[in-house]
Parts: sequence; structure tokens; C-alpha cells
Amino acid sequence: MTPPLASLAQGRRKRWLQAAAIVVIFAVAAWGASQLLERMVSPVQEPQSAPAPAPPAANVPHIIATLYYGTPDGQALAAVKREVALGEGPRAQGRQILQSQLEAAPPPYVSLIPAGTTLRAFYISERGDAFVDLSPEVSTMHPGGSTNELLTVYAIVNAVTANLSAVERVQILIDGKQADTLAGHVDLRRPFERDTSLVRESKGTQ
Amino acid sequence: MLVLASGPHAQGTAPASPLTLITRDGRRPVPTTILNNQEFIALDDLASMFQLMVREDALAGGVTVTYKGRTIVASADQPMASVNGRVVTLPAPVARAGRRLLVPIDFIARALAPIYDSPIDLRRASRLLVVGSIRVARVVVRIDAAGPPTRASVEVTPALLASSMFDAGRVIVRVEADVLDAAPPPAPAGLIDQIQVGTQATTIAFAVSPRAGMPRVSTTTTTESTRVTIEIPPGAQPPDTTAAPAPQPVPPPLAAVPPAPPGQDAVPAVPALPGQRTAKLQTMVIDPGHGGDDVGVRGPKGALEKQVTLDLSRRLKSLIETRLGVRVILTRDEDRAVSPDGRDAIANNSKADLFLSVHVNGAPSAAMKGAEVYYLRLDRAGEDARLSAAASELVLPAVGGGTRSIDVIPWDLAQASHVDVSSRFASMLEEELEKHAPMGPRPLRQAPIRVLSGVNMPAALVEIAYLTNAEQERAVQSAEFQGALAQAIFDAIVRFRTYLEAPAAP
Repeated sequence: MTPPLASLAQGRRKRWLQAAAIVVIFAVAAWGASQLLERMVSPVQEPQSAPAPAPPAANVPHIIATLYYGTPDGQALAAVKREVALGEGPRAQGRQILQSQLEAAPPPYVSLIPAGTTLRAFYISERGDAFVDLSPEVSTMHPGGSTNELLTVYAIVNAVTANLSAVERVQILIDGKQADTLAGHVDLRRPFERDTSLVRESKGTQ
Repeated sequence: MLVLASGPHAQGTAPASPLTLITRDGRRPVPTTILNNQEFIALDDLASMFQLMVREDALAGGVTVTYKGRTIVASADQPMASVNGRVVTLPAPVARAGRRLLVPIDFIARALAPIYDSPIDLRRASRLLVVGSIRVARVVVRIDAAGPPTRASVEVTPALLASSMFDAGRVIVRVEADVLDAAPPPAPAGLIDQIQVGTQATTIAFAVSPRAGMPRVSTTTTTESTRVTIEIPPGAQPPDTTAAPAPQPVPPPLAAVPPAPPGQDAVPAVPALPGQRTAKLQTMVIDPGHGGDDVGVRGPKGALEKQVTLDLSRRLKSLIETRLGVRVILTRDEDRAVSPDGRDAIANNSKADLFLSVHVNGAPSAAMKGAEVYYLRLDRAGEDARLSAAASELVLPAVGGGTRSIDVIPWDLAQASHVDVSSRFASMLEEELEKHAPMGPRPLRQAPIRVLSGVNMPAALVEIAYLTNAEQERAVQSAEFQGALAQAIFDAIVRFRTYLEAPAAP
């Protein structure tokens, strides 16, 4: 079901108020989380030297999630199954998935999200639109190019939509705000649906 | 007594024009003489031109010509010569004028050419004697229609490259040859005041009447020849005068589209796409990507996307304006930042007929290379907007009675109604680029590109190469590669113009 455009815009405005409220509520929590995260991930680390994502300890409950990285030749997305800590409910699970997705790619894949990018917030609207709020590094450190940008956007969009059935569309926010583009090409003003046409490889658990 | 003493001793007359000798070193006239309706050339002239030894030979009854140990014996009695032992015929025997020995000019082609090291080509019609490996273009200029519009063509054989420009009231066609072998041009006609061939070595110049509009030049190439077609339309309007403006013709009442009242079941069929197949390509906008603080992709050696895009865009502008007569507006002509909306606004405000954004790509792997062309992919909101626009055409009263319908579409989705035509343009770009440049693994893509979404005209974005690839970083900064890309894009624009202006298929 698609509402007419006018009410879509109106709905978006309402959603923005809700979103703002949620952002405020979670600001403290996000601050705490980001402090923790910054200690774990140094923003200047090269992808190659990034520590292999520590697999959750055997006794920590986890799920097998599909994450997306660049194929070694940089042409497409590779869907890679990885262990991600279990989260309670779609929102908490989404946060876990995105935090894993933001880490450096496992070899031989290439990272598509600039090192140092952190997840500021993640929430899901009643209509199944997920909002992924990323730190400014995703834009300021992005190397640019239409192809690069498409791969970055759809790595994030696909990681959320492939693993969370509650989510139909994903909108990427930067530093809490709606953004034009990451680096001048792909339009971020509207939510994205899942796009598997960019996916060339699928690999099992690492 | 010399055998030749009995030969013709006439005082020849000079032909209308001398032969022109063309070698790598240049050109110079070679005098010839007409005797008994045959054209002769002096053997001593030939000897100095071709480093020949010439000796009168009483015993053999003629003249012996030696070149690097090879000999020609030409008879003074018979119209023939022995060339390295093989007999060839000539139109006349060796003749004498005063102290000089003369041979028919066919001697050059029939006797000298077979023993000479370099190719010798005698082109009688154009009075050229071409020596060495020199590209000679046979050029035929025709007036195909006096018009207006006046149509002229230049046929170049073989199919050598021909470029053209419009400058100071003249269309100048330059042929990439060493020399033109041109028939005399026809008399000027229609809006062409004068035709000059080869005034500057390998150019053909058409002086265009001041009453004419902007000429259009197109080039087609077959395996045999290159054909340059020039169309000169009449001038649209006299230039602005101080007099009161002429009364504007009353626009014909717009065809009233039967209004589709909201709620009516019959949803109109897909509406005619605005601008499709009825438009002309008169103005286009070229958008050099990035600029200012936004440097775009940075190559491994430090080349910046914003500079490469500006260089190529400027090159395209001059190519298109001079050769197509299409007005080109750049969204930036300096190193400054322009927002996506700012770029779209320039295109929409100038009522451009075509928009092309020029970028250089980046990939997470340095191995990626090749050009890619993008056009807009609509998301659900875009499709909604397109459908809602189709369903909610505003029908407004028009000046002078009747109604006109207006598409209503959110301004930031202006591209929605042009996507089909944009995809045609993108395909043409991809096909033409493929002839001149390496292509990426997915050369034609559809994506939600920000700068394309708001332009109200057919639009595409070209990523000319991957700046993250070291080899391509070098290439995109070279004049050669940029020239090839500009030519490919130019060719696509020519094709698109033809498509745009062709009558719609039923």
C-alpha cells in the first residue's frame, strides 16, 4: 500500500518528530555505546590491519546473519554469512547486525564503509522503514565515485533488509539528519528497498 | 649525327596549369609543355626530381635513363620504352625542344614508377604528381540543395577523418590528409556565398551568407569514403533592432486535451512524454561533477576528479558548439562547489533539451576500470509521482480560449517523466563510448542518482573511467584520451539529436 504523495510527506514530518524524540531518548545510550565502540575500533586503522571481528564466544547466543562486502575485484557485493550476537527484538538485532557490518571486511573481501564510521542510532518505524543513523565519517571519509557509493549504500540497505523481515525499506541518515548523498551521487533523501542485483557472490559462514 | 635530331623540334605551348609535385618535403610546380596535343615533361626536370642519369644513346636509337642500376630505354622513333627489359607503350616517342629532351608525362607512371623506390602517383585530373607515402584525399564538393535550407556535401575518398568548424561566417572542413585531390568546386548557391578548396592545404571553406542561421555539420563514414554534410538553415530572426519588436505571432491554440476529471475510471493511457519526439536539440547542459571543496575521487597519484570533469566538459562544450551549433551551458566553468539542486536549477532555468553530468568513478579495488553510463532509477516514490502526475494533469484555461494541460510533478522528481528517453540517450552514450574507450563490467546502469532526479529533460551521467586505477588516472589526464572520450560523447549526442528530431514512429 502506498499512500498518496501529500500524506507521505505529512507522514514523514510526523515521523520526524517521533524520530527526533527517539534520538533524544537514545542520545545518552548512544553516547555510551559510541564511547565503548571508539575504544574497540580505532578510526585510522587500515582495513587490512583491522582486527578480525571477534566471533562471539561460544556461550554467547548468536545468530547467523548475511553481511555485505565488496568482492575482491571491487565490482559487486558479496553476501557473506557471519555470526552476529543475538539481539532482543528487531531493533536490538538490527544494531548488532549494523555494528558487525561497519567493521572491516574479512579477507579477501574489501570494505565498503569508510573506517571510523560508527552507528549513531537505529530504529524502525511502524511502516517497516528502518533508519540507519551513521556518524559523519561515512560521508567525509568516503572515497567517492558512483559505483563505490552504490556499493556502500546497498551493503547497508541489504544487511538490514536481508536479516530483518520487519524492515521493508532503509533510509540512511548522517549525523542524525537526512542527507543528500554520501559523496555526491546516490540520492539518500528517500528510503531504499533491498537490491540484490549488485550481489555477485554468496559465501557461507566464515 | 644524333638520332634525335630528326625528332620533333616544336615550340610547345604551356598547359593551363603546371603539374604540382608533392613530396614529404612540400609541393612545387613542375612545368610541362603541350606538343601535338600531348603533354610532355622535360627529362632533365625529371632527372633532378628523381635523381636519374639521362644519356642519349645513338646506338640504341633513343635515351637511356638510369636509376639505381635499373634502366629505361625510350625510343625516339616509336612510342614505347623498355623498362628493365619489359616493353611499355607511351603516347608519343621522346621529343626535343631546343636543347631539352621531352617525354610524355605518362612516362612517369608507365616507365619511371615501376623502377622507382617510392610510390609515384600521377593524378591527371587534379594535376598532381605525388611521390612517396602521402595520404591523398580525393575530394568532391557538391551543392545538394540550394534551399533554404542549403545543403552541401564534401565526399572524401578514401575514408579519412574530416573535422569541421564554424568560424567567422565560414564552415571549414579540414581533411586529415597530406594533400587534397580536389575537383573544381561547384558554383556557390543558396546561402553559400563562396566555396574554396584547398586554400589552406587540406581544407574546404564555405562562406556562409549573413542571412543564414547556425550551420549544422554531420559526418558519416563508410568503408570507402567519408561524407561531410553541411546544412545551412535560414536565419531565424533579424538581430535585435532598436525598432519596436515585431508583433509576436499568436501561438496557435494548444490542442485541448480532453480533461480527465478526477475519479473518472478511464485512466489516460501513458501520456506523451514531455519533450519526447517533438523537441529539437538546441540547448544542452553539461555538468562537470564536483568542484571547490568537493574534490570527488582522488587518484593514487593525486589527480582530482573535479579537475578532470571540468577539463572534459570544456572540451565537449567547444566541440559541440562549433560542430553541432548546439548551445552548451556548463553548470560550472571554474573550480567552485555547486549543490545538486543548483546544478538542476541551471538546467531547468535554461530550458535545456539535454543534461549530461560528467564524472570519474572510484572503486574499492584498484583493478576496476572502464566507463559507465547511468540514468535515473525511480524508487517507489518516483513511480508514484509519475503515475500521480499522469492522473492529475491540471487543465487550465489558456489565453485566447481553450484549455491546456500541465503535468504536475514534485520538482525534485522532475526526471520521472523523462526516464524512457533518458535511457535511450544513456544507451547511445554507452554504444559510442564502447568504440573509443574501455568499458566497465556493467557499462549501463540505472541508479537513484541525486543530480539526475531534479532535471526536467532527458538526462544521463557518465563516469568516464576509474580514477582509482593507476593506468586510467594517467589516461584521463591525457589530451588523447580526453579527445577520444569527447568524440564518443559527441557522436552519441549527434545520434540522440537525430532520434529526438525524427518523427515519432506511429
